[in-house]
Amino acid sequence: MTERSLKLANRPAVVVAMVLFAVAAVTYWDASQMTARATYGMGANAASYFICLFLAVLGVGHLLTAFQTPAIEAEDADWKAIGGIAIALSGLVGSIWLGAGFTLGSTLLFAFTARAFGRKSLVVDLAIGAFMGLVIFLLFNKLLSLALPQGPFERLF
Amino acid sequence: MDAINLLIEGFSLAIQPANLIFAAIGVFIGTAVGVLPGIGPALTVALLLPVTFKLDPGGSIIMFAGIYYGGMYGGSTTAILLNTPGESAAVVTALEGNKMARAGRGGPALATAAIGSFVAALVATVALAFLAPPLVKVAVKFAPWDYFGLMLIAFVTVSATFGSSPLRGLTSLAFGLWLGLMGLDQLTGQARLTFGVPQLLDGVEVTTLAVGLFAIGEALHVASRHLYKPERPIPVKGSIWMTKEDWSRSWKAWLRGTVVGFPIGALPAGGAEIPTFLSYTIEKKLSRKPQEFGSGAIEGVAGPEAANNASAAGTLVPLLTLGLPTSATAAVMLAGFQQYNIQPGPLLFTQHADLVWGLVASLFIANVMLLVLNLPLVGLWVKLLRIPLPWLYGGILVFASMGTIAANPSVVELLLLSAFGVVGFLMRRYDYPVAPAVVGLILGPLADNALRRSLQMSLGDPMIFLQHPSSAIMIAIATIALIAPFVFKGLSQFQHDED
Repeated sequence: MTERSLKLANRPAVVVAMVLFAVAAVTYWDASQMTARATYGMGANAASYFICLFLAVLGVGHLLTAFQTPAIEAEDADWKAIGGIAIALSGLVGSIWLGAGFTLGSTLLFAFTARAFGRKSLVVDLAIGAFMGLVIFLLFNKLLSLALPQGPFERLF
Repeated sequence: MDAINLLIEGFSLAIQPANLIFAAIGVFIGTAVGVLPGIGPALTVALLLPVTFKLDPGGSIIMFAGIYYGGMYGGSTTAILLNTPGESAAVVTALEGNKMARAGRGGPALATAAIGSFVAALVATVALAFLAPPLVKVAVKFAPWDYFGLMLIAFVTVSATFGSSPLRGLTSLAFGLWLGLMGLDQLTGQARLTFGVPQLLDGVEVTTLAVGLFAIGEALHVASRHLYKPERPIPVKGSIWMTKEDWSRSWKAWLRGTVVGFPIGALPAGGAEIPTFLSYTIEKKLSRKPQEFGSGAIEGVAGPEAANNASAAGTLVPLLTLGLPTSATAAVMLAGFQQYNIQPGPLLFTQHADLVWGLVASLFIANVMLLVLNLPLVGLWVKLLRIPLPWLYGGILVFASMGTIAANPSVVELLLLSAFGVVGFLMRRYDYPVAPAVVGLILGPLADNALRRSLQMSLGDPMIFLQHPSSAIMIAIATIALIAPFVFKGLSQFQHDED
């Protein structure tokens, strides 16, 4: 990402600018759909328009810096590790979505996160995750009467 | 004095046995979580909020005070023994504290940090108790336009004035403000940015944002950079007690740190980094042994640690009297108060005086408990630091998502949490500050309300903000604080070109 023909020194800044413009556009569209009107002063959409303007100004600011200051060297990332955590999180989301309960979800979350951090023995981590999930479930659902999602397994208790 | 009577009443609430137990549990788990590397006080409070959900408001707030101070103290333990500060305010503590620990003086480093935090928090809590009532007297007279001006100052100082780049800070703030739009508008009931998803009508939870940005963002960041190479905490050898010389070198540093930290925290200026760095520089200048700085000078731990705690107690002043959070931790605390249906602000002191003074008294008690519990338990905290990072982060993610679904059991909430985690990771990677987003989310809707109520009262005339001197001055301060960094940057670039 060194100097390009456009003298585009900072590609991340351009990407951020594009995201800011996109979010501003979505906000503008959303505000234009609003129906509630205020009798005096500003309606509910005024804040939306204001934030939309703010985002657009920041986007322009990012575009300007993109041609001035070189990007900070972002360190190389291990995308496999990121993918591991993504699997871990989707394991949890999936098991809540499908009604399989909190314990299974947290087991998957724990084991795959540990794996993303370089652990090799998945079985041990699954066991630890299951134990931890169960303890948290019992502690919070029984002792503190919080409602963690229950699956077939949790209903046994 | 009125404040003393109220404080005594507060103490009578706080020393009830049940409340003492709540405070002790809070201090204990707050320290235990705060000690874990990568977890700062804001995240500690956010993670442990669900634990206090179902207690009665008095008990949960007292436990909360313990968690808050425990989390602060745990962070400095990590900084000294592991050299991985959990938050930017602990960076300075790590500077000298870790060198001391490497030189076999970990015990005195921990002790001066603990006693310094104690002294600072004690002085700062007294200052809070005496400063709050007169401030409340002023604050009850505040009109919506004054609040709007005050929030503008908070926005600018939190995001633009002190960060590495105002543009990045403001972008982070804009993200928070944008998230603040989501949900039903409080004045008209208009749905904003909900895209037809019913779960979004209630808006975005501050704890979900904080936990996503801090916990999941941090986990992704650490995993992506392989920062989990085995790092061993430095064992605490020898006596943990400070020598006579340590005491004589520390006590002035504690007091100076407190004097530096409290006012900066109490102003809506945000950030504990400034007072800690300032205190470090002062101690280096005034030290009898300046040559020791860089290789483990005890003043370099004592001063910044005191400054850190004093400024944290200082942020409670605008938080409790005005309902204005000026740091990520304060924003999460405000979210906690709201969960117990308590709205900090001037009305809190008149409507729930017992609660406020009970909280202030518990801060004192939590402080004493920290001192009594922590030094003897140092061995336990060191053991916690030895948990392998894969398990540690696995556990953090489980606990983080548990808190999120316990507060709001829906898949949408979990997806939001994951999305905030990705955003937090990208913000870390490209050096955007995270705290302004959290402050923006909580202050955005409040500023929106203040703005629109002012305009309703003036029948739509925006000049109302400039006609009242109080709000005009505050808006002027905010504008100057916003423009100043750009002007100075321009000037320095200009001078640079001349050379």
